This record gives sequence, structure tokens and C-alpha cells, in this order.
Amino acid sequence: MLTFLARRLLVMIPTLFFISVLVFVVIQLPPGDFLTTYLNELQSQGEAVDPAKIAYLKQQYGLDQPMYVQYFDWAWGLLHGDLGFSFEYNLPVSEVVGDRLYLSMVLNFSTVLFIYIVSFPIGIYSATRQYSWGDYGFTLLGFLGLAMPNFLFALVLLYYANVVFGTSIGGLMDPEYINAAWSFGKVKSVVEHLWAPVLVIGTSGTASMIRRLRANLLDELSKQYVVTAHAKGLSPGRVLFKYPLRMALNPFIADIGNILPQVVSGSVLVSVVMSLPTTGPMLLSSLQSQDMYLAGSFLMFLALLTVVGMFVSDILLAWLDPRIRFQGGVSE
Amino acid sequence: MSRETQNANNDHFVDTQPFDPWDKEELTPEQEKYFLASQWKLIWWRLKRHRLAVVSGLILLVMYVSILFVEFLSPYAQETRNSDFIHHPPQSIHLFHDGSFIGPFTYGTDFSVDMETLKPTYIDDPQKIDRLRFFCSGDPYRFWGLFEASLHLVCPAEGGTMFVFGTDRLGRDVLSRMIYGARISLTIGLMGIAVSFVLGVLIGGAAGYFGGWVDSVAQRLIEVIRSLPEIPLWMALSAALPVTWSPILIYFGITIILGLIDWTGLARAVRSKLLALREEDYALAARLMGAKPKRIIARHLLPNFASHLIASVTLSIPNMILGETALSFLGLGLRAPITSWGVLLNEAQNINAVAVYPWLMIPVVPVIIVVLAFNFLGDGLRDAADPYKN
Repeated sequence: MLTFLARRLLVMIPTLFFISVLVFVVIQLPPGDFLTTYLNELQSQGEAVDPAKIAYLKQQYGLDQPMYVQYFDWAWGLLHGDLGFSFEYNLPVSEVVGDRLYLSMVLNFSTVLFIYIVSFPIGIYSATRQYSWGDYGFTLLGFLGLAMPNFLFALVLLYYANVVFGTSIGGLMDPEYINAAWSFGKVKSVVEHLWAPVLVIGTSGTASMIRRLRANLLDELSKQYVVTAHAKGLSPGRVLFKYPLRMALNPFIADIGNILPQVVSGSVLVSVVMSLPTTGPMLLSSLQSQDMYLAGSFLMFLALLTVVGMFVSDILLAWLDPRIRFQGGVSE
Repeated sequence: MSRETQNANNDHFVDTQPFDPWDKEELTPEQEKYFLASQWKLIWWRLKRHRLAVVSGLILLVMYVSILFVEFLSPYAQETRNSDFIHHPPQSIHLFHDGSFIGPFTYGTDFSVDMETLKPTYIDDPQKIDRLRFFCSGDPYRFWGLFEASLHLVCPAEGGTMFVFGTDRLGRDVLSRMIYGARISLTIGLMGIAVSFVLGVLIGGAAGYFGGWVDSVAQRLIEVIRSLPEIPLWMALSAALPVTWSPILIYFGITIILGLIDWTGLARAVRSKLLALREEDYALAARLMGAKPKRIIARHLLPNFASHLIASVTLSIPNMILGETALSFLGLGLRAPITSWGVLLNEAQNINAVAVYPWLMIPVVPVIIVVLAFNFLGDGLRDAADPYKN
């Protein structure tokens, strides 16, 4: 297990390196940079710009250096927890993002949890009662969840929560807590607000999870050992839980690698629509204003979230399945 | 053992019946048809059994054919502003008036402003019956941008209106704009998939066929891209498209961006299929006879998994359509004057729109239909892809 852990950790290093290069290239792609845009804006408003200040800023943030030097400065800073400087807010990125990173983590983690908790019983039900009305119903619901664009579902939910329950479910906490320090009341408020975005982001993932678990379990259930177990008179519940379910659980856990990027993607969109205090809305605005370090840190953080998530799922899988533990790799 | 005894032992039984080479198991015509059918025919037969997939395929076919005639099919032109009918709610098409059959018509509406909410309200005027016209002359347009025409399948009565799905904030007919939007939204998925198909087949093919370091580099690359969440990356890339670009360049830019991130699934499928197939005897035989890798891949291996490729391509188109919708909704994708379903939904971006003008959300219906249809068709194709698997 230890060697497996070590190997799995080592693999993450080149992955993260490539991701950081990719992210850096992406945030460098827009023509021009924030300073140039800023300058143009000031000049178009007829304001005087102190060239010395601009030159100082350029030099301060290495904008006059060649690309690879800029990259290494940035990556070196990241390794030391220095996320760079936000031009738009004129503050270090770490101060701008504040609680957003934690709230994003809470949101994404809750969504993954939601997907597992909902799709597990439904998947088992659909597989054991194949072609029943319930099975068809859940399949239909799942497909609708898959096809309905997240952002529209979020909008509709916002509206109906307003009309039916008379509450505003936008945001992640009651307004009085927004700039308050963390307290029990604030945590409670976050938990109360969390269900709506979790529900919206979770629907599409839940649909594919249910289908996956159903298909896997059906495959297992048609095998001969299950027939033998039934023939020997084992109770149906015991037959199901003793082996087939445990076999079908493997891909279920391994699938987090597919689910997580999808969840993170969805959460970015949904948080823009529901104006959640997570990374989404700020990523959008930083991309629009070419605030490259802010955007870069967010992209890097989101990628890190999925990479670490996959790492956790691999460990879970290895713990669950000795075949993987001893081979040291996830078999297809 | 001596030769003689061996020969004696091997005394064969010889049937005295005359040998008839045509005397063998008789096949029924159906069996014969089945055994002689080509792979693609078998796939087609199998797909036909999948009702939902066939229906979905038909729906998609109708939609894709109709994008050729959007100008003719839509009752209004794309940009016609009916400035007297801003935010007009959907009008229903009636057939009967006071119990007598009239044929399809709409009621004219009276406009007033609710003085409390300042919301425009339109009330049906039962005296004013506007019969719809068919194959009629309406808003002029340039068909395919080539020649002037004004023929429409259906138009409102002279001086009347026909806003089946209402109008937007400029008084443009939502239905017509949806029909025009289909042209962009439906093709953007195809264009994007073309990009990701080329990348996926090239990279996955090289990885699967050559193996070794090519394979490990490709694998790492796929891993890295797959671990990045798609939408933020799409957002970042499309934010990088220069604002000065013309709408058509933006359109191509977006398709390329969609394809650049999406090829990994396809590359994986190609790679694993190739890895399995290149060990087959016929691949070895071809190699021994001196065939070049290009010929082996294209001639011997590709036909074997072409059907799988088509299935997985079909399954990844909806993802692209949803991606475009999401990007345009955020204002990062396509921009007016290009009209796609995402651009239309951009109008319904705030909760006010949902509360006061809910019909602005109608363009989501074709999105859902198309995504579902592609999913069902893809599922059917995937099941039919290997017709030799009982």
C-alpha cells in the first residue's frame, strides 16, 4: 500500500507541472496584458499616466521579462503559496480570493457526496428491478438532468424558490454573514443555502452515475455464481450484497475521475448564475478583464481540486480492491 | 512401429455413397441473408431494433435538413424588429372562433402598460381575427446569402402578428430566431467534433500503433487534459479570442476551442481499440507481407473500429452543443449578430426575465431535444457497433 501511495504521489508531480504550463500558456494567450489595457483606458479618459509608475509596475511584475522567466517566477511563487498579484484589485491574489477557495471546496465536495448518496440506492433499485416503472422513471429523470443545461435549471430553481418558499436561495449565506467572521451561525447559514447549487450541479452527474452502477450491477447479476447462490437458497438481499454489489462498486468509485472535472465545470457555471461567493464569478470577471494572475490561480486551483480528488479516489480504490493495490495501477 | 502396421491401422472408412459437394446443411433464405450481409448491413439491422435510437436519428435528420431552409421555415426574418410588440407573450394558434371552424388564426392584441409594474401587457382582442397565410410573401431575406426572396412557409395575416413563442426586448420573434439559431447551434457541434475527431484519431492512433514513448507521451497529455475541468478552460480560451474578430472568425475560433479540449475521449477509444487489434493475426500477416503502418492502420485496423468511432463521436456532440450554449450564455462564446440557442438564452440571464418574460427560456427546449436525441442515437449505435457480438 505504501509503495502504491508513493508511486501515485510521484505521478502527480509531472501532471501538475504540465497543468501549470498549460494554464500559464492559456492565461498568456489574450493579446496584450492588463497593464496595456489599463493604460489605454486611462488615456481614453484623458487621464495622465505617470510613465515611471508604469515602468515600475512592469518591472515589478516581470512583464518585461521573456515568457519562460515569467513562468518560472509564477510557478516558483505558487510553490511558496504566493499566488501573484491581482492588477484589477491592486491586491495580492491570496487576499482577493479570501474564503472563495474554501467555499468552492465545500461546494464541490458536497456535490460529489450528493451524487454518491443519491445514485447509489437508485442504481441498485434500477438494476434489481430492471424494466419496472421505477426504473423507467429514474432513467427518464436522469436523462432530463443530463440534457438540461445547468445554468437554466439554476435560474428556474431560483425563481421557484422565490415564488413558492418566499426565500432567496442565491448566494451561499444570509446577507448579514457575508463579511462576518466565521461563526456557528454562519456555518449554519451556509449549510442551509448549499442544497440548491448542490442539487443543480449534482443532477447531471447523478444521471451518469446511476446508469453506470445499473449497467455494472446488471453485468454482475447475470453471472453464474449469482445463479448458483440463488439456487442454493441464499436470501436475495444476501446474494446481492455479498458479492455482486461489491464488484459493481469498483467502477463506481473509480468514476470519480470523470465526475470531478464535470462537477467543477458545472459549479463554475452555476455559481455565476446563482452569484455564489466561490471561484466561478471571479474567474469569469478576471478572464474578462485579463487579470492574468488571478485567473491563473483560479484555473490552477480548480485543476488541483480535480487532481487531488482523483488521487483520493485511487487510494479509496486501492483500499477497496487488493488487485489494484498489488499491481500498483488502476486496471481498465 | 513399422510402416506396414501403421498403414494397416490407418485403414480409413470410405463411404460408398457418391460424393456430392453441394450436399450440405441447407440454409433458409433468412439465414443466408444474414450470413452474407456485410458488417454495415448487420449494424443497420441491429440499430433498427433500437426504436428510440431510430426515432432520435429521424428527429436529428429532420433538424439538420431544415437548417438548409431556415429562411423559408421561419415566419419572420432573423432581425425583424416589431417595435410595437416588445416582450409580447406567446400567442396561441386557434382553429375555432365562437364554435365555427375558421382555420389557423391568431387573435389581434391590445397593448397597454400596467401602471403599477410598468410591465407591457397584451390582451387578446376577440374581434380581430388574423388568419395565417401559407406559402406566402413575408419579410424579405437573402436565401443562402445569394438571392433575394420573400417566400415563407407560414406568415401572419396582413397587419396581424404571429408570435408563437413571443418576442424579445427588441420585438424580434423568438420562434424565428430559434429556427435561425439552429443553424449555428447544430453545426457548431459538428465542426467541433471534426476538429476533435482529427486530433483524437491522429494522436490515439499513433499512441496505439507505435506504443513505447509515443504512447506514454500521449497518455500523459490525455491525463493532463482530462483532469482539467472543461468549462473553465473553455472560458479561458474563448476569453482569449480577440474582440476585434468578425463574428464568423469567432464562430470558427469557438469550434476549434471546443474541439481542442474534447479529443481526449476519442483518442483513448482509438488507442485501446488499436492496442487490441494490432495483435490480431491479420495485422501480423499484413506486416509480414511488408505493408507500411499507414496501410495497416487505414486498410486493416480502421474498418474494424469505425463503427465504434462513429458511436463515440455521436455521444460527444451533445457535450459540445451544451458547451457552446454555456459559453454564449456567459457572454464568452458567440456574440450577436450571430444567433445561436446560447445567444438567445443569454437574454434570459437574470431572474427578472424568468419571472416576467418566461418565454425567453423557450430556446432551451430544442437544446434538450437535440442533446437527448444524440444521446439515444449514440447509445443505439454503441450497442449496434459490434454486430458479431451476439
